[in-house]
Formats: sequence, structure tokens, C-alpha cells
Amino acid sequence: MEKQIFKTDRKMPIIEADNLTYTYPGAEKPSIREVSLKIEKGEFVLLTGPSGCGKTTLCRCFNGLIPHFYEGKLRGEIRVAGMNVAEHAIYELAKHVGLVFQNPENQLFALSVEKDVAFGLENLGVPREEIRKRVDWALKVTDIYELRERPPYELSGGQQQRVAIAAVLAMQPEVIVLDEPTSFLDPLGAKKIFEDIYRLNRKLGITIVLVEHRLDLTAKYANRIIIMDEGKIVLDGEPRKILVSEEVHLMGIGIPKVIRLYQFLKQRGKDLGEPPLSSEEIAKKLRERLGR
Amino acid sequence: MSMFEGLKFRKISSPIHSLDPRVKFFYVIAMFAAAVMYMEIIPLIALFLIQIPLIIAAKVTRQWIKSMRGATYLAAIIFFTNLLFSYFYPTGESFSYIVEHATAMTLRFVVLVESFSVFFLTTSPDHLGLALENSHVPYEFCFAFTTAVRFVPVLAEEAQTIMDAQKARGLELEKGNFLKRVKNYIPILIPLIVNAIRRSLELAEAMESRAWGATKNRTNLYELKLHRGDYVLTALTVLLIVLAVYVRLYIPIPAVSEILG
Amino acid sequence: MIEAYDLHFVYPNGVEALKGVSLKIRNGEFVAIMGQNGAGKTTLVKHFNGLLKPTQGKVLIDGVDTREVSVAKLARKVGFVFQNPDHQLFCETVEEEISFALKNFGFKENVIKRRVTWALNLLGLTRYRKTSPFMLSGGERKRVALASVLAWNPKILILDEPTIGQDYAQKEKLRQFILQMKAQKKTGIIVTHDVEFVAECNPRVVLMSNGKIVADGEARKILTSPEILEKASIIPPEVSRIFLELSNIGFPTNVIDIYEAGEIILDFWEGKRREHV
Repeated sequence: MEKQIFKTDRKMPIIEADNLTYTYPGAEKPSIREVSLKIEKGEFVLLTGPSGCGKTTLCRCFNGLIPHFYEGKLRGEIRVAGMNVAEHAIYELAKHVGLVFQNPENQLFALSVEKDVAFGLENLGVPREEIRKRVDWALKVTDIYELRERPPYELSGGQQQRVAIAAVLAMQPEVIVLDEPTSFLDPLGAKKIFEDIYRLNRKLGITIVLVEHRLDLTAKYANRIIIMDEGKIVLDGEPRKILVSEEVHLMGIGIPKVIRLYQFLKQRGKDLGEPPLSSEEIAKKLRERLGR
Repeated sequence: MSMFEGLKFRKISSPIHSLDPRVKFFYVIAMFAAAVMYMEIIPLIALFLIQIPLIIAAKVTRQWIKSMRGATYLAAIIFFTNLLFSYFYPTGESFSYIVEHATAMTLRFVVLVESFSVFFLTTSPDHLGLALENSHVPYEFCFAFTTAVRFVPVLAEEAQTIMDAQKARGLELEKGNFLKRVKNYIPILIPLIVNAIRRSLELAEAMESRAWGATKNRTNLYELKLHRGDYVLTALTVLLIVLAVYVRLYIPIPAVSEILG
Repeated sequence: MIEAYDLHFVYPNGVEALKGVSLKIRNGEFVAIMGQNGAGKTTLVKHFNGLLKPTQGKVLIDGVDTREVSVAKLARKVGFVFQNPDHQLFCETVEEEISFALKNFGFKENVIKRRVTWALNLLGLTRYRKTSPFMLSGGERKRVALASVLAWNPKILILDEPTIGQDYAQKEKLRQFILQMKAQKKTGIIVTHDVEFVAECNPRVVLMSNGKIVADGEARKILTSPEILEKASIIPPEVSRIFLELSNIGFPTNVIDIYEAGEIILDFWEGKRREHV
């Protein structure tokens, strides 16, 4: 059933960038160059590449922080949910695209969790009853309803990041963009966040763009990987194809060990069929092959 | 520092916590006014004592004692400056009167700290921000206020980390003469400022991303409504002021030294 | 050598961060202190250069009680690189940043010059000698911070969360550096929750949870015991997870190295090996 949702909705791109080039004010070189891409509704896109490759800059274009907040020079066009980003204010775009940042500490302002989650809706002037309904809903979806009265700064990093996700979720956006949301979290906290994001994608059909270095933890959730380098998109496609391509190995991307094992075996003439994306998957293949 | 430590809000529920911050602020102002009206010990002691039931009802006795303890240092300064002042500028009063006067001035300060700590210990900064908003203070100021409150502990922790990081590189803050000591703080101040700027940029970015400034008619998740308790406190506060003014005007208050002999 | 005996530490706000930690780190050892955020890892290592003093128990560095010497004196022996380079960078140039500690420790001008050049070179920062550290990228700033500590060649080196926010290439550089240190028998401690990184460096692992040490031993032993790791909110590394899943068909469960893993699978595939011996 889930697959069907994908198919019917796939026709319409939710993000559409055309020949996008952007230079920060005062910078000599553009941070992203001639980026063209289409992201369809319901996709789970993993965006990766070495530090400084332009991932974060691209994310800022998705909700209008570029060009409105950062100014600088933007060429080409980017449309999100049918709106030309350059022509719409950030707050208009915020209803369609939610951004979650790396450092949970600097994106929560209120003194209670629920107040933080309500922040966007309050700014939009949504009536109080409606805010209450949506805040409770977002808190329940992200499983932090019990924490609603706690001050955010007393929570663990994982919980804080969940508050940040709930805060954008409450605005019911079609797209959620997360810029390395787990780099400050411990492994278990990170895993839970990734599972939450995946659930939002599957259950609510929210389009996800996840910026992440650790492909080993995330590749299995994505239906598409985009790799950037020096401001350009250099690879774009299905994880199973991208991760075994020759180009990716030359890029300084952390290839999941599962894939490396798979390729090691293949080189020795032991083919496991389709490339696996998680330890469970490769273990299953190996068990089928080697189990008695 | 510990005086402020005592003023830190902790979320607990009590009848005092659920009172409207505006009403509580009215109470603080009234206390302030009443305390300023008197220079005699007896009414000031009365003002001190009548607040204690509030503190007990709010279940903040321990934090309150902490903040009072923090205030002793300042209280001592007030006491002795008053004493010294009367010593250097003699008005011909007896020594017992001078001591009593100094005590009264100190008590006045103590009563102020007491009522302020009742306010801050039982009012969440969130509610305070809301009260400001409802009092037609522009939203930007209210937001700046609550954000500042929220980031105080964060910045304090950051300052500590920076200090540790520089100490780990051999920086000795207490070394050298006065000028050198001031200079010693540069390696701490610069990272602190740079990080604060970086942090505020990130904050601004996050705010913008969550529709900051979308409409003039901002709504609010919380609503301040006056409940029965609020009316009770308001009534009591008004009564207190009336009583204070009446006593001030019509009843002569004896000094303790007179009573004692 | 670092010795901690029944170390307790309570922060001024009443949080008990360490609840009786005893640990010995010998010269030349390389140790990863792991555990979830808030387990007490950073609190523990801050005792090793005297930034924190025990509330109860004691810490000895080469036999000297940390309570009896200043941080500056201990720091000469124990270098501590903080997680966030922005918490320490403040100079106008990378060169000045690196010489800051050397000046504090009273090195002579010509020695400072030599050491700075050496440290810049070691971390591939030579071309940034005159650049402002604030103009560098995050990864480069992290290396400047590391260089500024390495410059005085401390006997013991502590790295707090060195891999946070680092991409693959930067981590790889760091790993090379750590392996080099390990080969030179320098005493090193990394505080981290990055299991994959630890699996690749293969150090001694000290696992902490809730202010206590819950396990201590070889990486390949600790990182392959899910029951132990769970107590510390850590997931086994990828390779180990694969092998744990395959234990019921006779695969060994104590593998964390990818090359070893490849060979074992090949052996099984070719029927050279049926059961774990």
C-alpha cells in the first residue's frame, strides 16, 4: 500500500532547482554551482558529501534562508511546493518546508517544550484551540508528549532534537529538511531519531531531505542518495546503485562497511546478488547462502 | 551569586505558582511601597512575617532560605554602612537608636529580597513573558526577555568550558599584577564573544525558519485568565496597602528601644 | 601513569557525576572511554589534568596527587584537546594560537619557533601559519586546536569527542594520527561514543554508564557484547552486528575488523571452516 502512495504522488516535484548558483556575500567563489534537481513528493533523500561541499547551503535554499536571510548572489531558480523561493518570504515557505538544524541547543528558544513546539504556529497567528490541537498531535507523533512541560535545556540531546522535529512538524509541512541532526547525539539517540524520521516519511508521506555523513546508519531508509562535492551534485540515484559505483569510492565518502564487505566478496567471486544496505540484510543473505 | 541561585525558578505546582504573574507583580510592588513607608523595626518585622505563609504554600522554603542566605552579605554591608554613616555624621541620637535605625534599613532590604524571591521562585519566565505580552509590551521585547533567561545557564556553562580549555593550555588567571590579570581574561572573552555571535546567528536562522514575523496578530498557546486565587491575592494586597497607609498616618509606632526601656 | 582510586565527583549543583571510579592507565596505553552523553566520561578525564578535583577518592598522575599541584603544572604533562575548537581559538594567526601554550609554559623563543613549525607540519597546517584561525573550516580549526596542544609534546594526550561533526576524510586523517601515536607508544585517551571509529582504532575500551565503569577490556571483546553495550546506550559496530546475527550458523562473535570479517566469511563460503574454533 505504501508503495502505491509513492507511485501516484511521484508525478509532482515538491522541490525543483534549476541551474542554481549561489555566492555568499563577501565570498569569492560560489558555494553551490549549477545545481539542478527534482525531488518528488514522498521521497526520502539522503544528501551527503565532504565538509564544505555545499550541502548546508543547498538546504538553506529550500526554505528561503537563501536568499532572504543570507542575501548574497543567487542565480537560477528554485521552486518549492510550486512557489519561487526568491519571491516568497521565509515565513510563507515555512508552512511548506521545515528545517531542523545540527545543534539542538540553538534552535529551541522557549522555556517549555510545548511552547517551543507552538512557536511557529503562534507566529503564523493560528487560533489558540488549533495550536493546542496541532501541538499535542506533533508531540504525540514524536513521542515526547510526556515532556511537554519540561524546559528544553534540561532534556537530553536526543529529546531536544525530537522537540525541534515536533516544532517543524506542528506547522504540517510537506517537506522536512534535517541538516546533520544527530552529530551531537550518542549512537542509540541517533538511531531513534533516524527511525522517527523514517516513520514520518512512511506514515505521513512527508518528503525528507536528510543531510548526513554516516551512511551506515541511514542508507537503508533512503530511496535516493545525492552526493555533492565542491558545490556541485556529482552523483544522484538509488542507494544500492550509488554506493557500489566506482565514482563514490574516489570521493572520500564513508562507504558503509556492509557495502565494503559485499564488494570484497564480489571481487573474490562470491556474489550476494543485490547490494545490501544494513547489517540485517547482509546477514540474511549470508545465512541463506551459508546456513546449513 | 548564591542570592541569584535562590531566585532560579523550578517548575512545581502550588497555589502560588498558578497565580497570575501580573497579580504577583502587583503584590511585589505593594510590598515594596509598604517597606519604603516605614523606618521602624516593628512594622518591617510584620511585613517580613506575613510573607512566610506564602512561601510555605508555594513549597519553596528551601530555595527561599538559600536566597536569603545569599543576601546576608549585602544585608551586612547595608547594616554597617548605615552604622558608619551615623557615626561620621552624628545627629545627636543615642547609640541604641542608631543601631535600631541600621537594623530597620537592613530589614527593609530583607523584605524586598523576600518578596522578589517569592515572585521569581514561583513565576515561570514563560508566564512572565506572557504577562509582559498581555501588558502590551511589544512581542520582540518579551521574546528577548524569555530567550535571555533561557540562555543564561547555557552561556554560563560555555564560559566555564572555555575557561577550562584555556587552563588546559597553561593559562593561569590569577598570575601577575592587576594589568596582567585583566589581560589574562582575553583568551576567555574572545571565544565567548565569537561563540555568542555564532550562536545568535544560528538562533536567528532557526527563528526565521519557524515563521518569525509572519503576522502582526501573533497568537499565543497560553492565555492568562484571572482565577479566584488571583482575586483573593489582589484583595489582600489592596488591604495591606490601605492598612499600611492608615498605620503610617494615624498610629504612632514605638521604637524597640523605647519598649525595652 | 594515571591512577584513579574510588573517585567520586559531585558538581556544585548537586549532580553526582562520578560514583566510585577506579582505573589505571599505564604509560604507552591507548584507551577509549565510551558511554552515552551524561555518563561521566568528560568529568572523569577532566580529573586527569586537574581541572576538576575529586570530591572523594584520589587521582594520581605519575604518582602525584592532582590536588597538590596546579592545573598549569599538570597540563604540561597531560594535554587536553576539547571537543569544540571554538572554545579555545582566540589569536590572530594560527601560529600565535599554537605558541600560546608554549609561552604560558615558559619555553624559550627559539624553542617555541621550532615547536610551532613542527606541530604545523605534523597536522598539515603549514600553509595556514599566518591565517586567522577564524577563517578556517571546522575540520581545520579542529586540527589547529590539536596542534596547539601537541606543540608542547605532553606525555599523555586526551581527546574529547574528536570525531563529532567530522566527515569521513577528516576522521580518516585522525585515525592515521592516532595509529601513529599508538605505534610510538604515547599514552592516549579518547572520549567518544563513535563505535565505528573505536572499532577501527582497536584500543582498550573503558565503558561508562551513570558515573561508573561498567566494562573495561579489549575493544573486540567489549564492542561485541550487546548486553554490556546496552547498559551504556551503545550499539555494536557494523561488522560486529553482522557477525552477531550469524552466530547461530557458527560464526565467531568477537569480530570488529572488516578485513578479518571478509576473510572469515570467505573461509565459511569455501567450506574451509564450519565452526568457530
